[in-house]
Amino acid sequence: MGNKQTTFTEEQLEAYQDCTFFTRKEILRLHARYRELAPHLVPLDYTNNPDIKVPMTLIVTMPELKENPFRERIVETFSEDGQGNLSFSDFIDMFSALCEASPRELKTIYAFKIYDFNRDNFICKEDLEKTLNKLTKGELTPEEVTLVCDKAIEEADLDGDNKLSFADFENMISKAPDFLRYRHLFCYVFIF
Amino acid sequence: RRGNRRQAGGRGGVKGRGRGKKPASDDDDDEDDEEEDEAPRGRRGANRKKLAKKRGGNDDEDESEDEPPKRKRGGAANKKKGGKAQDSDEEDSDVGKGKKGKKGGGKKGKKEEEEEETKGKKGDGKGKGKGKGKDDDKDKKKKKKKDSLKTPLNSLTEVEEKKKLIANIRNKPWRMQRRLKLLKEAQEFVDKFEGALGKGKGRKWYAYKVMMTKKWIKFQRDFENFRTACIPWERKIKEVESHFGSSVASYFIFLRWMYGMNLVLFGFTFGLVVIPEVLMGLPYGSIPRKTVPRAEQDTAQDYSVLMDFNGYCKYSVLFYGYYNDQRTVGVLKFRLPLSYLMVGIGTFGYSLMLVIRTMAKNADVGGGDGEDSDFTFAWKMFTSWDYLIGNAETADNKYASITTSFKESIVDEQENQKDENIHLRRFLRVLANFLITCSLGGSGYLIYFVVKRSQEFATRDDLSWYEKNEVIMIVMSLLGLVCPPLFETIAELEDYHPRIALKWQLGRIFALFLGNLYTFLFALFDEVNTKLEEEQSIKNASIWAMKEYYANYSRLMNDSEATPPPMDPADVIRGPCWETAVGIEFVKLTVSDIQVSYLTILIGDFARAVIVRFLNYCWCWDLEAGFPSYGEFDISGNVLGLVFNQGMIWMGAFYAPGLVGINVLRLLSSMYYQCWAVMATNVPHERVFKASKSNNFYMGLLLLVLFLSLLPVVYTIMTLPPSFDCGPFSGKDKMFDIIMETIDLDLPAFMGTLFSYAANPGLIIPAVLLMPLKKKINPVLSLSQTRHLLFELSIRGIPKLQHGAEEKDEDDVALASSNPNARGPVSRPPGPRGPGPGPGAGPGRGRGRGPPPR
Repeated sequence: MGNKQTTFTEEQLEAYQDCTFFTRKEILRLHARYRELAPHLVPLDYTNNPDIKVPMTLIVTMPELKENPFRERIVETFSEDGQGNLSFSDFIDMFSALCEASPRELKTIYAFKIYDFNRDNFICKEDLEKTLNKLTKGELTPEEVTLVCDKAIEEADLDGDNKLSFADFENMISKAPDFLRYRHLFCYVFIF
Repeated sequence: RRGNRRQAGGRGGVKGRGRGKKPASDDDDDEDDEEEDEAPRGRRGANRKKLAKKRGGNDDEDESEDEPPKRKRGGAANKKKGGKAQDSDEEDSDVGKGKKGKKGGGKKGKKEEEEEETKGKKGDGKGKGKGKGKDDDKDKKKKKKKDSLKTPLNSLTEVEEKKKLIANIRNKPWRMQRRLKLLKEAQEFVDKFEGALGKGKGRKWYAYKVMMTKKWIKFQRDFENFRTACIPWERKIKEVESHFGSSVASYFIFLRWMYGMNLVLFGFTFGLVVIPEVLMGLPYGSIPRKTVPRAEQDTAQDYSVLMDFNGYCKYSVLFYGYYNDQRTVGVLKFRLPLSYLMVGIGTFGYSLMLVIRTMAKNADVGGGDGEDSDFTFAWKMFTSWDYLIGNAETADNKYASITTSFKESIVDEQENQKDENIHLRRFLRVLANFLITCSLGGSGYLIYFVVKRSQEFATRDDLSWYEKNEVIMIVMSLLGLVCPPLFETIAELEDYHPRIALKWQLGRIFALFLGNLYTFLFALFDEVNTKLEEEQSIKNASIWAMKEYYANYSRLMNDSEATPPPMDPADVIRGPCWETAVGIEFVKLTVSDIQVSYLTILIGDFARAVIVRFLNYCWCWDLEAGFPSYGEFDISGNVLGLVFNQGMIWMGAFYAPGLVGINVLRLLSSMYYQCWAVMATNVPHERVFKASKSNNFYMGLLLLVLFLSLLPVVYTIMTLPPSFDCGPFSGKDKMFDIIMETIDLDLPAFMGTLFSYAANPGLIIPAVLLMPLKKKINPVLSLSQTRHLLFELSIRGIPKLQHGAEEKDEDDVALASSNPNARGPVSRPPGPRGPGPGPGAGPGRGRGRGPPPR
C-alpha cells in the first residue's frame, strides 16, 4: 500500500469505500487496472480528480468483459455520457455493481438497463430480439426468435402491454431460483 | 427551445434531486413532525417548494410523457400530481415527493439517468448551467433548513437516517459522482451533529455486522465453489451438454454417478477383502486352492487362456476360490471370511441405500418432466449468461449451450402447441403398443424355445457348456440387434415428445433385455447344478482317499499322529469350485461387453464418421446430409448398457471380487472414451430435447436391476453349499454359518446369551410393537413433504392459474378501452396475490402441458 498517498487522498479512499463494495486495497487495484488500459491517458495521481475518460473500445478488452455478449451495453450503461466512455468513477461504479457483494436489487436495476437496448424504460420485443441474437450468436431462425420473444413476453408481462416494464422484470427475476440469480444474473465478474 | 428547457429541467432534476431531495426523502417522517413544530422552516420550505415545483412541473411532464401509468410505482407520481393540484396542501406534496423519492428511489434515479443519457448528450452548456444554478440555490435552501432545525430529538433521528444513508449509499443505483457528493454532505451533517449527540458507535457496529455478513457469504460461496470443483468431469459434461443437449448429458451424469458408487464398492471390496488377503493371507502356491493344478500348468500362461480368465487368472485373488478359510489372518487377527461375507452383503446394502436416497433427492429437486416454471423463456433470456466466463473457449461453449437450451425449450413449446387429430393419434399409439407387445412376446417365446431346446442338448455329453449355449447367445444378440431399431421405428407412430419417447424406448428395450438376463441366469444355474454334483463325487472321493491314506499311515507307522500327506499342492485332487466358475462367467461377460461396446463406438461411430467425412468428396450423393450421415448418440442403448452392466457387477462381485476393480476401470475409461467419441463423431439429435430434471427413470431401472440381481445372489448364499475345497467358506454347510461361528467363538459369552435373548419372543414382540412407533415419524416426514409440495404449488401453480384468468380479464378491459396502452396502473403488487378465482375458475395453463388457452 505504498502508493496510496500518491494515488488517492485518504478522504477519497474513504469515500470510495463508502460508495462501493470494495476495500481500500481493491480500489487501488482497480485503479491500477484502469490505468493499465490507457497508461498514457490515466495519471497515477488522482488526488485532484482529473476529468479523464477511457473509451469503450479499450474497456471492453478487459478479460472480465471480453467474452461477454453484452459488454458494449454494460459499458454504455455505466458511462456518464451514454457513449461508453468511462471515467474512473464510472469504472469503479461498474465493478461495484457487478461484484459479488452488491445486492440483487441493485443488480436487477442495472440488468434492466442493460437489457433495455433502446433506453425507453421498457424491454420491448426489439430489445429481446437483440438480447437473444447476442446470446445465441444469431444461431436461431427468425421464426424461433419470434417464438422465443413472444413466449418470454407472455410469461413475464403482468400488465399485458406486450413489453416488460421494470416491475415485470423485477418480479420475474425475483422468482428465479437462487443459483440462476447469483451466478447468472449479471453477477460477479472477477477482478483479481 | 422547449426541448432545451425541458432538458435543462431534466438535468437539473438529476443533479438537484440527487443532492437535495434524496436526503429529504430519506427523512421525510421527521420532516413531517418538523413542519408541524416549526412554522418558520415551513415558510422557507414553501419557498423552496415553489422553486422545486416549477421544475417539478417540467419533470412531471417528462414523466408523464415517457412513463406509462401502469406501473406499480406510478402511484407515487399520481400522488405527486395530486399534491400539485391542491396548491394549498404543500405538506402533502412534500410527502408525496418524499415517498416517491424513497419508494421509487431506484426507479426514479434510474429514469432520470435514462433521460440524462438520452438527452444529456445534446444538452448545451446553458441548460446545464441553469440546472446547476437551480441546484445550488436549492442546496443553499436545504442547508438553511437543516441549520434551522435544532431540536435535538429531531436531529437525532435525522442523524440516524443519515447514517443509514451512509451505510446504504453503495446500494443506490446512482452515478458515482452523485454518490460521492451525497456522501460528503451526509458525512458533514453527521459529523456536525454527532459530536453533540455522542452517537458514533452505531455506525461502527453496523459496519462490523455488515462486514461479517459479507465475509460469511463469501465463505459460503467459496465453500460451494470448492465443493463444485471437487465434482469430476463437470466441464467435460458441460461441454457435451452445450452441444448435444441435456438429454445426452444426462447419460454422462448417470455414468459419473455410477462411477462414484462403484468407487465406493471398490473401496470396500479391495480395502476389506482383497488387500488383507494379499498382504496377510498365505502366499501363492502354499495350498492347493492357491496353486494352478499340474494339468493346467503348461498352458497357464498362454495369452488365450489368460484372456478366458483361466490359468493364473483363475487361481488369483480376483476370484472367490483363491481365498482361504482361515478364521483370522495376519497379526491383526483380521477375520477374512466374515469380512468377505459382510462386504458381499454390504455391497447390496450400500447400493440399495444409495439408489433410494438418490431417487428421493431427485424427486425432491423436482421430479416433474422438463419445465414447471412460469418463466422458462424469460429466465433463459435474462439469466442464462454466466458472467464469470472470461475464456474464449468457455464462452463458445456457453453460446452453444444457450442456443441448445433455447432449442430444447422451443421443442417443448411446439409440443405444447401441437393440436391434431386426437383420435388418430390414440389409435396409432394403441397400434404401436400392440405391435411392440407382439414383438416382445415373440422374442420372449423365441428365447423360451431356444432355452428349452438347449436343455435337451444338455443331456448330450459331447457338447461343452459354451456350445450348449451358443444358440442362445446368437439368438440373444440377434434380438438385441434387431429389436431396438424396430421399436424405434414403431415409436415413430406414437409421435410422443422425444423425452417421453425415450422413456418408452427404455422401458421396452429393458423388457427385451430381461429375457437376456433370464436366459443367462438359467444357463448359469444349470451349470452350477452340474458342478455341484461333480463336486459331491470329488469330495467323496477325496475324503475317501484321505481316509485311506490316514488308515495306511497309521497302520504302517504305528502312529496315530496325523501328518498331511507329502503332496505338492498342485497335485491335489480338487473340486470344480462352482463359485469361481460363476465368477469367471461374469468377468468374461463384462469384459466381452466392454469390448463389444468399445468396438461398436469405434466402428459404428468413428469409422462411419471418417467415411462420411472423407468419402464425401468423391461420392455420388451427399453422404453427410443423405443416407449414412453421422451417428446420433444412442441414449437408450447406452443407459441400458450401463444398467445391465451394473447388474452383472452386483451379481458377480460376490464370486469375483476383482470384478469391481475391472468395472471401475471400465467406467473411468468409458467416461473419457465416450466423451471423446460423442464430441468427435456424433451429431446432435434432430430435435434436441431437454432431459427430465431428475434422472429418476434411470434410477428406477437401476433399482429394478438391483433387485433382480440381488435375488440369485441371496439364493445362492442362503441355499447352496459352498465348495469344500475353495473359497473363504469351505468346510461350512452354508455360507452364512460364518456369522454364527463368529458369534459363538469371538464374541464374549454374555454376547452369545444376549443374542439368544434377542431371539426370544418376549423381546421380539415389543420390538415389533415399537416398529410402528418409528414408522410414525415417517408420515410426519411425508406430511411435511406434502406440505412442501402444496406450498410449491401455491407459489408456482396458483399464480399461473390466476395469471390465466387475469389475462382474460385484461383482454376484456383492453377491448373496452380505446387505447390499450393507456390502461390504469396495476394496483396490486405482482408478488403475492389476493384470493383470486379458484384453480378451477380460470382457464389455467396447468403445469405447462396441453395447449395454452387462447
